[in-house]
Amino acid sequence: MNLDRQRKAPVYEALERFRKQRVVPFDVPGHKRGRGNAELVRFLGEQCVGIDVNSMKPLDNLCHPVSVIKEAEELTADAFGAEHAFLMVNGTTSAVQAMVLSSVKHGEKIIMPRNVHKSAINALILCGAVPVYIDPKVDTKLGIPLGMELADVEAAVKANPDAKAILINNPSYYGICSNLQAIVNLAHDNGMKALVDEAHGTHLYFGPNLPLCGMRAGADMAAISMHKSGGSLTQSSILLCGKGANIGYISRIVNLTQTTSASYLLIASLDISRRNLALHGHDSFEKVTGMAKYAREEINDIPGYYAYGHELINGGSIYDFDETKLVVNTRGVGLTGIEVYDLLRDEYDIQMEFGDLSNVMAYISIGDRLQDIERLAGALADIRRLYSKPEQSFFSAEYVTPIVKATPQEAFYAEKESLPIRETVGRISAESVMCYPPGIPIISPGEVVTEEILDYIMTAKEKGCSMQGPESEDISELQVLK
Amino acid sequence: MAEMDYWFSDMHTQNVKISIRLAKQLFSGSSEFQRIDVFDSPEFGKFLTSDGNIIFSEKDEFTYDEMIVHVPMAVHPKVQRVLVLGGGDGGVARELSHYEEIKVIDVVEPDNMFVEVCKQYFPDNACGLDDDRVHIYYQDGLKYLRKCEDMYDLIINDVTEPLGHEAGLFTKEFYGSCYKALHDDGIMVYQHGSPFYDEDEESCRAMHRKAYRVFPINRVYQAHIPTCPAGYWLFGFASKKYHPLKDFNPDRWDERNIKTWYYTTHLHKGAFMLPKYVEDLLQEEEDMSR
Repeated sequence: MNLDRQRKAPVYEALERFRKQRVVPFDVPGHKRGRGNAELVRFLGEQCVGIDVNSMKPLDNLCHPVSVIKEAEELTADAFGAEHAFLMVNGTTSAVQAMVLSSVKHGEKIIMPRNVHKSAINALILCGAVPVYIDPKVDTKLGIPLGMELADVEAAVKANPDAKAILINNPSYYGICSNLQAIVNLAHDNGMKALVDEAHGTHLYFGPNLPLCGMRAGADMAAISMHKSGGSLTQSSILLCGKGANIGYISRIVNLTQTTSASYLLIASLDISRRNLALHGHDSFEKVTGMAKYAREEINDIPGYYAYGHELINGGSIYDFDETKLVVNTRGVGLTGIEVYDLLRDEYDIQMEFGDLSNVMAYISIGDRLQDIERLAGALADIRRLYSKPEQSFFSAEYVTPIVKATPQEAFYAEKESLPIRETVGRISAESVMCYPPGIPIISPGEVVTEEILDYIMTAKEKGCSMQGPESEDISELQVLK
Repeated sequence: MAEMDYWFSDMHTQNVKISIRLAKQLFSGSSEFQRIDVFDSPEFGKFLTSDGNIIFSEKDEFTYDEMIVHVPMAVHPKVQRVLVLGGGDGGVARELSHYEEIKVIDVVEPDNMFVEVCKQYFPDNACGLDDDRVHIYYQDGLKYLRKCEDMYDLIINDVTEPLGHEAGLFTKEFYGSCYKALHDDGIMVYQHGSPFYDEDEESCRAMHRKAYRVFPINRVYQAHIPTCPAGYWLFGFASKKYHPLKDFNPDRWDERNIKTWYYTTHLHKGAFMLPKYVEDLLQEEEDMSR
């Protein structure tokens, strides 16, 4: 990384120049620097609406960058150790979809863990590729899905030598990493692309003592949620490409679904955040790791809670662990994660990232302060004092092995009918159902509905998880193939 | 010597400020928690600000130091162990040191620099920290409390700023932790803010709501403090057993002959008689919590 060059922020600097020019706008957006929408200006501020402008010569165009955006993309690639970087404004969802759509076509196979984000499965609906799922191992005590075992991936590659790509979560929502280097090598040895979903892994590129990141492992592409640990605005993201990538083709894929009116607020936030990461990321994430470690120690001092860390590493399904992820298992206080999540929000004014049946997660970032960690630990101690129950057995598996009967695309577009959800056992689902967050489908289009899956969905719903996916809002019905 | 047109302003709301003419600035520095400034002024003497908000002045600090200490001390029959949160200036410890039966005064203050600045510029307050019974812990208050169970007779929360770096001391977990740290007949008193301006009202309500859910006895008392918003300040009295008026023992306190400038045993009773609008807003929070 060229540190001197990284001090530049070309898009941001172009916007600053543009602001000083006081150009008279006879182009979109129609609010014209906010003058046509006084209420919006009061709410967002003049500074903000003043740079909400359209693509134009001095500001380049995200659909076909030739000047400042091109330079910002080059700097981003350099900062992340990639050959090329695309700045993305349609979320990491669009980055994941671009990886999948540019690697597999209709009828071609892609190997992926079943606990992928819905954006990956939705990409299969778009292109008609066939998923080969790897069962992630599950820690039944903690109730979390783990990484892919190398042996399982090897078996899948052997059974499907015609597969075109392998998709890897690095890390998972829970901070779990698979053996990335070995899986990337395995993919390349068998002529497959290695695609890495790093929606929760921006910091791996900058912080010390963190798990290996996609580009350093030699992956072909990686999707990076800059707006999570990277500090940019929500919805902004980055797609990284490694050696040998067909940039022209990938660019065409990106432009299939990307807006032609990309927001300069998002692009500038990526530019500024990339500069910040390049210059200060190492120290920032060292601090974040330190805070997470401290929080873990303090929380583990309170009986009944378990905030797990490096001790989980087992060389296989937990090849590495991202210590910035603060996940707390709450079973020991007799409460589900979602119950603790609700108590923290309603009674203690603390908003957590998510709660599932057994865990609650705090997202620790460069914006956190030690005194807020004290509040979290204090609130968890108080919840134990006031609300704890005898430890009960919870529905254990977060992951239910799917039986795939149709590709996601076939199931999505097939003739279907809507049935009361309990009457769908044995039928093929046309919809996905997930808790959001984390947005990992419990069932996906094309999979057989089983009692076990329905039990899981109903338990999650009953415990107050926010359920998404089906057209029927209260999940009372599910669409299945006729 | 002519006075300069040199003023400090503390914004009480977006639309109201109090301005104090300055003689000079004595100190400015930043710690990991806050920016601290010390000024000298013709009217209020020396005063200290944290992030631009007045924390105390020589002219009026006696009011809250006396009110937050003597009110519970005139109620609880035998206080031996006291915890002071955020009392780094020493004013509260100074008032506590008048009581011989107190054995331990633990002061928990996260910011070392705050204590050092007070020692240098406000020796009349900071002398309270020199008492042998005082132990200072440079720590976060919530962290300190997490390890405390059935340890204190009296907890004094001297932190005034619910939005500052010690916001944790205005939360539900804080009141819960205090309850746990107190003996079965323990009392906790705390800065309750000013109820007058709309933007302060919600935090005032929230404090009462949180304390009300945790402690069986909750009363609020008042004082007149010029540098506070609207010059009007409330204190909370949360207790497991003793009622601030029914268990109040004026004769015993008067016999102590403690020299005060604000507190008297007459004023003690009057301080719990609140204006109607304050009574109403406290009552509303109690009704909602039932």
